[in-house]
This record gives sequence, C-alpha cells and structure tokens, in this order.
Amino acid sequence: MTATVKNLAARMEALIGAHRVVGAVEELEAYEVDGLVPGAVVLPANAAEVAEVVRFAAAEKLAVIASGSRSKLEIGMPPSRYDIALDTTGMRGIAHYDAGDLTLSVDAGMGVRQLEMALAEKQQFLPLAVPCFESATVAGTIASGIDSALRQQYGTARDFLIGAEFVDGKGNLCKSGGRVVKNVTGYDLHKLLIGSLGTLGVITRLNFRTFPVPAMYGGHLASFASGESAIAYRQTIEASGLPVANLEMLNPEITKIVGAILKKEDGPVPECLDGQGWCVYVSYEGNESVVKRVARDLERLATEAGAKTSEAAKIATDTQVGGVLREAFEWLRWAAPMVGLFRITLPRASWGDIAELSRSAEGLPLRGSLLLRAAGAIYFAMMAGSENEATQAALDGAASRVFSFVEARQGHATLLHAPLASKARGNVWGQCADMMMMRRVKQAFDPQNIFAPGRFVGGI
Amino acid sequence: MLSQKEDLLLYEYDGSVEKACPELVVFPHTTEHVSRIVKMAAKYQVPIVGRGAGTGLSGGALARGGGVMLVFARMNKILELDVENRRAVVQPGVVNMDITRAVEHAGLHFAPDPSSQKACTIGGNVAENAGGPHTLAYGVTVNHVTALEMVLPDGEIVRVGSRHGDATGYDLCGLFVGSEGTLALVTEITVKLSRKAEAVKTLLAIFDAVDDASQTVVEITARGITPAACEMVDGWTLRTIEDYIHAGFPRDSAAVLLLEVEGLREAVEVQAKAIDEVCKGHRAREVRVARDERERDLLWKGRKNAFGALGRVAPCNYVLDGVIPRSKLPQALQHIQEIGRKYGFSIGNIFHAGDGNLHPIVLYDPRDPKQFEKAIAASEEIIRYCVELGGALTGEHGVGMEKNELMTLMFSDADFDLMRRVHDAFNPDSSLNPGKIFPLSKGCGEIRVKGKETAGVGR
Repeated sequence: MTATVKNLAARMEALIGAHRVVGAVEELEAYEVDGLVPGAVVLPANAAEVAEVVRFAAAEKLAVIASGSRSKLEIGMPPSRYDIALDTTGMRGIAHYDAGDLTLSVDAGMGVRQLEMALAEKQQFLPLAVPCFESATVAGTIASGIDSALRQQYGTARDFLIGAEFVDGKGNLCKSGGRVVKNVTGYDLHKLLIGSLGTLGVITRLNFRTFPVPAMYGGHLASFASGESAIAYRQTIEASGLPVANLEMLNPEITKIVGAILKKEDGPVPECLDGQGWCVYVSYEGNESVVKRVARDLERLATEAGAKTSEAAKIATDTQVGGVLREAFEWLRWAAPMVGLFRITLPRASWGDIAELSRSAEGLPLRGSLLLRAAGAIYFAMMAGSENEATQAALDGAASRVFSFVEARQGHATLLHAPLASKARGNVWGQCADMMMMRRVKQAFDPQNIFAPGRFVGGI
Repeated sequence: MLSQKEDLLLYEYDGSVEKACPELVVFPHTTEHVSRIVKMAAKYQVPIVGRGAGTGLSGGALARGGGVMLVFARMNKILELDVENRRAVVQPGVVNMDITRAVEHAGLHFAPDPSSQKACTIGGNVAENAGGPHTLAYGVTVNHVTALEMVLPDGEIVRVGSRHGDATGYDLCGLFVGSEGTLALVTEITVKLSRKAEAVKTLLAIFDAVDDASQTVVEITARGITPAACEMVDGWTLRTIEDYIHAGFPRDSAAVLLLEVEGLREAVEVQAKAIDEVCKGHRAREVRVARDERERDLLWKGRKNAFGALGRVAPCNYVLDGVIPRSKLPQALQHIQEIGRKYGFSIGNIFHAGDGNLHPIVLYDPRDPKQFEKAIAASEEIIRYCVELGGALTGEHGVGMEKNELMTLMFSDADFDLMRRVHDAFNPDSSLNPGKIFPLSKGCGEIRVKGKETAGVGR
C-alpha cells in the first residue's frame, strides 16, 4: 500500500468511521474504472456521510466516482483522475412508499430486483427493466442512462422520475422535484442526473411514480427471411396502434446468441430463434380481452407480412425470451473475445436503413449483431474471435463508419463497450452540438470538477 | 413596437392576480430579431421578459422589473410537420390547439391540453411546463418536447436536445422546459405528436356528497385503474358553469367526476365498467356515458370553459394550483372548505383529481383591498397545507411572481444555492424575467439572484 493511499484511507476513516472505509489494495481493485484504481473506497450509511466525503474531496480537489453494483462503470470515457470510490450500496432503504398515491422514494443503493419484490406486494412495479437486473441499483441505473426494455409503453426514466436528492460538488445535500406525480415547482434538476454518469452529483435518493402490475402478459415472435421484411412488419405493428410493452427486432446473428442462452438455461427455445432469419419479438399486457386481441392481431399482421414462422412466446421469467432480451447489454459485451457495442438512436424514417447498418461489419474480420429495441434504440455489436492489432484496427475503422452513418441520419450513437485501447484512442461519445451549454451546467453543479472527471461528453 | 402608456397597460396583466407594466413591448418576427433585441437590451441593462398569449396564472409573463417585453404573437408559424417521424417544429407563438388541428387528419395530436388551449401558445406551455386534464395519461409538456432553439440573455442563439430524442449529454431540454423564462427565450420548439386512441369513452359520475367523489378518486387510483383524465367539479362550481354553458351537469349534485378512458376497445370497455363499479360503490347517484362525440364535447366544454363562467359571479377569482398525494384527497378537500369558512370566502373546486392537482378558486372583490389581502392569506394557507401533506406549490401553473415567496416551504438554502448557480450559468445578471421563481424577501440574502428584481412592482 502506497503512502498516499494509506493516508487517504486514514483520512476517510476519521471522517465517517473505519468500518465504512475500504483501504486494502486487493479490494480497491474491484472498483477499477477503465484501468484506474481509486485510493480509497467509502461506503456511506446515509446522505449526511456522503456530504462529508464530498466536502472533503472538494476541499482537497480529489476525484470521486460514485457507484452502485458497478455493472455499468465502463460506460463513458476513461476518467482523467480517480481518488475516491463512493459505494452507495450502504444506503438501501425505502424512505417512503404511498401505494395509494403510486409514489415511491427510495435510497440510491437499493437494488432494482429488491425494489421489484417490495412493490409486488402492493401489485405495483417500476418500469425499469434494465440489464444486470439482479445486481443493478436504482441510482446506478438512473446515472448510467441505460435503457429499459419497456420504454415503448412506459417511456424513459425522465417520464417517471419525479424528484431526487443528491450531493452537489460543494458537498451540499440538495433536492429537486418532489414526491407527487405532477409538479412544476423550481427547476427540474433531477432530469439532468439521468445518464450523467455521476458527473453532476452523488445521488442519495430517488422519487418515482409507480405503476399497477398488469392483469396479464403476452408475448409473440415472428421470423422473416430478410431484414427489410422484418422492419416492414415492425412498422405495421407501430402503425396499427396496438399497445405493446416491448418491441425488439433481432438480426440472425443475435437470434443465435439468444437461442444459445435459452438452451443453456434449459428454457424452451422458440422455433423463430433458429439463427436463420430476422426475428421480431413483441410483449404486451393488459386485461384478458386486450391480451387476446393483441395476440390475434399480431398473428394476422405477421402472416400478412410474410413471416416464415410465428408463435406465441412466454415472457415472464428470466429464462424466457423477454428476460434474456432485457439483459442484451450485458451478454453482448461478453459474446466474443472482442466486442464493440454501440447504442444508437435513429429516426423512424431511417429504420429502413438498419439492414444496411447491420452489414457494416461485412468484409472485415468482425461479425455484426443488431437488436432494434422499442422507440428506435438500437444495440449494435461488432464482434471478433480474438483481440489483436488487426481486429482492433478493423473495429476502430468500423466504429468511425457507424458514427458517420448515424450522424448523417440525424441520429445519435454511443460506444458503450470497447477494448480499453480503442476507447482511449477514439471517442465513445458521438457528436454533441451544445457542449457550451453542457459545460455551464457542469460548472454550476460541480465547480471544482471532482465528479468523475473526463468520463462524460466533451471531456466533462 | 408599443411604447404609449395606454398600449402598455394591455400588457400589465396575465391570467393571474398580479400586475406589472412593461416600458416597451416589441413583436419580433424571427429568431434574429429576438437576438438583436436581447443584445440591445443587454447594452442598456434593461430587463427582458417573454410573453405568449398572456394566459399564464402565476405572473410568469409580467414585466416585474419593467423593461422590454417580447411578445411572440408574430412568431406563430408551424415550420414543419413530419408525420412519419411524428414530430412538429413550431415557433413559440403557435397556439396549442393549432398544432393538433394541423395534424388530426393523420390521426395524430399534440397531447398537452391546458384549459386555455384555444388561446395559449406553445412557447408559454414550454416556459411553464403546462399540463391539462389529459396529462394523467400523456404527461405534461416536458414529456412531449425533444428540442429547443433559444436565445440566451447575451443574445447568443443556441440549440439543445435532439429532434428524435435520446440526445447525447445532459437532458438540457428537461432543464429548460419549465424554467419559466428565467434562463433563455425559446424561439423554436420540436414537439412529439401522439397517436389518437382507437376508442374513447367519457363518463360523468354524479355524487350527492363531495367526500364520496373524492373517495372514488382514491379508490380508482389505488386499484390501478388508469383513466386518461379524471376531473372533479364541486356542486357550487358546476352550478355556476351550468348557468353559462349548459353542459348537462345536474344542478342539485354535490360533485361530479368527469372521467375518460382511452385505448383499445377491449381495454376501454373493461375500464369503464370498473370505474362504474367504484363510483357506485361510493354512492354515485348516476354514472352517465357520453353517447356520441357531441355529448362528449359538451361535457368537456363545461370543464374547459369553467373559468369564463366563474368570472360572471364574482369580480375576481383567484385560481390556486397546489398538488397533494392522491391518497390524501378527501382530507385535503375538507380542510380547504374549513379554510374558506375561516376567512369568509366561497371556495370552488374544479381540478385534475386523478393527478392530485387541486385548483381551489377563491372568489373576491379586488376593489376591496381588505378582501384581496384576505384572499391572498387564505390561498397561502391552502398551499402551505398542500406542502404539509407531502405535496407541492404548483402542479402546472408555475411559481412565477405569485408563489416565489412560498418556495422556502419546499426548498432549503442548499437547494436555492444550486438553483441559483444554474440560473446564473445562463442568466448571470438576472436581465431575463427578473423577480420570478426565487424568493426576494428579506432575511433570505443567500438565496437571492443578482440584479434587478428590486424594481419589482408585485404585491
């Protein structure tokens, strides 16, 4: 242990107690972010302790990265500095739950799975169907900006996050929003925290509106010979106005992966996931008559669209298609020895070009896996059987073509996962036109630049 | 441009009880005009405030610091309708309803529907993050805005957000929508267009006791029935409306609930039946279902034109905008009536019950200064009570210059310190819409924003 590390850990111990500080080198490594290891790890028990640590860090200009279960810490650029890891998993209570109002206030480190179980007792849920569901915390989910598979029906976190408490860069405990479902009092600062990768503040508590658990669920799979016909079918579903909770389109490569995962989990492998065609998966929910009607209409639409096969799909558990697709971000990262994983948004009018996007790995030593999620969110992975100079160079070239492809269509792309060397060489963030505005927000929240420096867009 | 006293007086008011007179009113036609006017105002250190149709209910579009008022009435063009991507790009002076009118042929609509939607402008909706009856299902303005072009107080033209959503970086659209014109002047807005539902059913539930109606709302919410709108009108208010509009609200009832369910035919049938059961379980005298579009329109006409009707019975009405947890609705309504009795006012209630967004209406005569003071005191007591219940100062009307002194009920010095830093990041001299949102009162020196608010002429 170096003198600096020992010193930092000791000072943290003086601040919030020895039992809340980790200083052993081997344990520090678990908090590594893109190759950087912190000098100390703190596990505050409450918001006041978070504020203590942040005030200390601000005074000493030490860099703080807050984390929950650390499942998505590689999103963003490598940090420029990293002194203190602030682990929020010591704060995991439900602060307030008014089931009759469908509102909830929950501590940062609460797991999304534990929260799901607590809400289920009141037949309610939070539509955060996010990857790493078993381990992910609510604050990590919000700060990472990761998609929920249910966004088609329930929107993104900005549509149901109604307030937050967080510690700003001066070490003050602040709040915005409230605990009611409709509220325009003051600036909506909590919206800025979504997807901010911890660069604005340390989230200590989040307020959400909750939703009633639907009476029934249903799922449907259809497989097509070409990407074009799968997209056409998808667009027909959207045009029909049928209420769908999730809508995913898989290219043949990704159907193979999903099929293999289901097989490994001893779950049923639907015929549509044979790895031969493009597949469209739909989940839907509602009362019995709604679920029956949607199932009937989807069957008809699939037939009219020329589906090779179509079938009902079970969706409820993690060993079934819906649960596996929710985890796509997680397994795509590890689906091959080398993976570059993009998250892309394209305007509806450009979805016809998606088959072309999926071919952008062709001719290279890379395989392309593409998943078009609800509301135009695309996960596109380029994979290689080994990591070497040639495959890395191919990935770097393909990545810059993906960025150009997306920007030419007024979309957005972020490279969520790539070999560290590729990340360091390039830029994981796509174009961001309003950097001057972003910097002003960052400066207001974190005047000493102590929160996760360098990880966000434009070097923030 | 207007500069004569008698012309300026027209811009002294909005829909609130506040007043403040600008020294100059200008009507820009383009974003460049806005930028040049703002630069000139900055040069002479004159405050600026933006204004749409002036239907706001919190004094947000009043020139509290005097100076120049930019009225966006001439920037009223729909610049682009993109049906395929379900987007519209509009100037701030476009009337809310006109967006829906322009796209309904394609089965689309702009979802936020404030009661004033036939007059209010989208720029004002963005500034205040306006709601409306159907926000229960669709969300408020911020949920339907994806990109903004704005002019900062130094005249710079900037763009935030992204037309198709999921913009890279911080959610700046989420910050600027609802910032009440205190950070920037919005000059172009990209909005989402929503699909019209396959089926709609509008129900009118009639009650002999207010408490039965509010208990019904509590149960509808708790049972997870999700109507697209759930509005309550109390007996006193509905009689006033009937005198004016003849919407068919029974004059002898104590309260009605106006409920709407939307979605697939199958969902609508089941939800309407569930609502009918809950209403009858709480002693509803009758639950009517609008038989056709005409009956439906008439019921909504009664709801949306209520404020015009109320203007006929008292010289002035003061519309409040508190929010409470929906589980506490019955006790809140009882307490509001007690406050009314204490101060000697009639207080009507017509509000978004499904959201817990109360609009108590205090009727008073503004020519009697004592009555005005008492009306303000009663209103403050109601709002304080909403916050005590775990609620909020404002659900959709904004803080403006009406509730800025009450902000300390909800926010700490640390909260204000951060809000002020965000304010100063874009509007460092408070030249833009001074005297709004932040409390100005003595003893709160730490939370003041810099600049010109002392020139305020508010109450």
